[in-house]
Amino acid sequence: MAETTRREFMLGEGSGTGSGSQNLHVGVGPAHPAMHGIIRIVTELDGEAIVRADVEIGYLHRAFEKDCEAGGYNNAIPYTDRLNYVSPLINNFGYCAVVEKLLGIDVTERCKYIRVIMAEISRICDHLTCIGASAMELGAFTVFLYMIKAREFLWELVEDVTGARLTISYGRVGGVKADLPDGFASSVAKAFKQTREVLDEVHRLLTGNRIFMDRMVGVGVLSREETIAYAITGPLLRAVGMPYDVRRAQPYDVYDRLEFQIPTQTDGDNYARYLVRMAEMEQSMRIVEQALALIPGGPINVDFEGRPIDPASYVDLGKQGKTEGLLLVPITLSPNLQGSERPAHARVNAHDKRVVLPPKETTYGSIEGLMNHFMLIMEGYGIRPPQGEAYVAVEGANGELGFYVVSDGTDRPYRVRCRPPCLPPMAALHRMIEGEMVADLIPTFGSVNMIGGELDR
Amino acid sequence: MDGAAILAALTARFGSGVVETHDHRGDHTAVVTREALPGVLAWCRDEPSLGFAMLTDLTAVDYLKYPGHADGPRFEVVYHLYSLAHNHRLRLKVKVDEDDPVVPTAVDLWPIANWFEREVWDMFGVRFAGHPDLRRLLMYEEFVGHPLRKDYPIDRRQPLIGPTT
Repeated sequence: MAETTRREFMLGEGSGTGSGSQNLHVGVGPAHPAMHGIIRIVTELDGEAIVRADVEIGYLHRAFEKDCEAGGYNNAIPYTDRLNYVSPLINNFGYCAVVEKLLGIDVTERCKYIRVIMAEISRICDHLTCIGASAMELGAFTVFLYMIKAREFLWELVEDVTGARLTISYGRVGGVKADLPDGFASSVAKAFKQTREVLDEVHRLLTGNRIFMDRMVGVGVLSREETIAYAITGPLLRAVGMPYDVRRAQPYDVYDRLEFQIPTQTDGDNYARYLVRMAEMEQSMRIVEQALALIPGGPINVDFEGRPIDPASYVDLGKQGKTEGLLLVPITLSPNLQGSERPAHARVNAHDKRVVLPPKETTYGSIEGLMNHFMLIMEGYGIRPPQGEAYVAVEGANGELGFYVVSDGTDRPYRVRCRPPCLPPMAALHRMIEGEMVADLIPTFGSVNMIGGELDR
Repeated sequence: MDGAAILAALTARFGSGVVETHDHRGDHTAVVTREALPGVLAWCRDEPSLGFAMLTDLTAVDYLKYPGHADGPRFEVVYHLYSLAHNHRLRLKVKVDEDDPVVPTAVDLWPIANWFEREVWDMFGVRFAGHPDLRRLLMYEEFVGHPLRKDYPIDRRQPLIGPTT
């Protein structure tokens, strides 16, 4: 507040009379418990009503797009983890899909199913966090604890598959890092059973709750025309009755083979968004269950018949020139997180030597494998898509997550643009909160589900 | 309408306003002149058979160091359009010189262009004529330069600016 304004307000000098007729400027954030990260909303208040609002972003800007240009195509994958850090798997797969499109390659069937399964688990985590945090800000702390408990069950699944909980870096151009672990389907069934119990409890706690509905129904409304004009996608668009979902409109991976509904509501308020997200979690679980039932096996141990031998005798035989057939024999190496083992590798990664790192057995076991590995790791070699540009959209938890990549034919992306799904609703946030009470800012901001990592990149 | 038909309709409607069209990996793209751009965008939105109600994305690319681009215009501003009614996409591009980096704004067609154009100004230094509020979006006001330009070094440091009173 400028000094003169403050004096006018405090002392009643100047044009105002000090009777409270002047609008008050209040900055919410950047460090505020309800700001889910750091963001600043400068509001102009008339009493408790918001007259104008200006949203300032950029506090979490980390030069994602610039950093991507500085390294190879694979080097960008860990950065994409940090875009939407609540559902990082979807970002991984979206980025990998655009590089695959530039290269003109396709991943294996099993890999597509794995991507669908992991992306949907991520989506449930994202919606759980969004609803849990919004409910907590309205005083329903129990819901937050329940939902974080459910998210924990799902994060344990993610941990089983990727080896990490948050910054998973699981996607690979041409595949995924590793195959699903043994017994994954049964642990999914167990986790989903517990998640469904939690969702049921939350439904009973919130969906007819007088206090919750008073704060959510009719609050933060955005008309259908404005939602579209602001290019808002995801749950916010479906909450105004437009059943647009990239998974259905332009199916990628194997979404066209799976049955699921696109939940919609018509009111476009915070409550409609809540209902859409609650319904979507059930649909995501349906998708995962179908995908787990349909997932194909792919070749495993078919090409590798023969008695396992230890690496020492492998080398000895090689010295004697007896190399014929040796490559077909699996050698035992300790599994590591850097490369996948050959049988699993063949199932989940595309068979394209320009793109996919060979499994460690091949890298250390044959000169061709070593050369192939070298060509993909060395600076100036690596993945080199032909010159051109491509845009790929996937359905992120907040809406259409787009990647636009320009290739100049070298091993580094010339330009990587991420179209963050929560930027359009943030650009329209002032339209949702202007004219409402300052307390309504909190649930509306919560329903937008701003994720600083992808908003500011 | 499929992508090729959209490009054909655009070329038929705007003639020399459409500089070139191409289709790389199934993404249909039209490069239009700066003068034709406002008309093209408005027509894409309002023509019922196209119905591009959504400006999905608006960004720019600096072609300073791109092989073969030595003499051409430095920047390209890229529009990604999507039609909810017809479920098709289109990419429009307009080339801008470094000496005169100005593009007509799209804010009056799609309000989301406000933030997208602020980001392009912030990151590339391309101005949008007619924009109501062309402030930086991600960087702070005191920041010098435009970080996504290819001649902005990735390791350049700038002093942190404290709050101004």
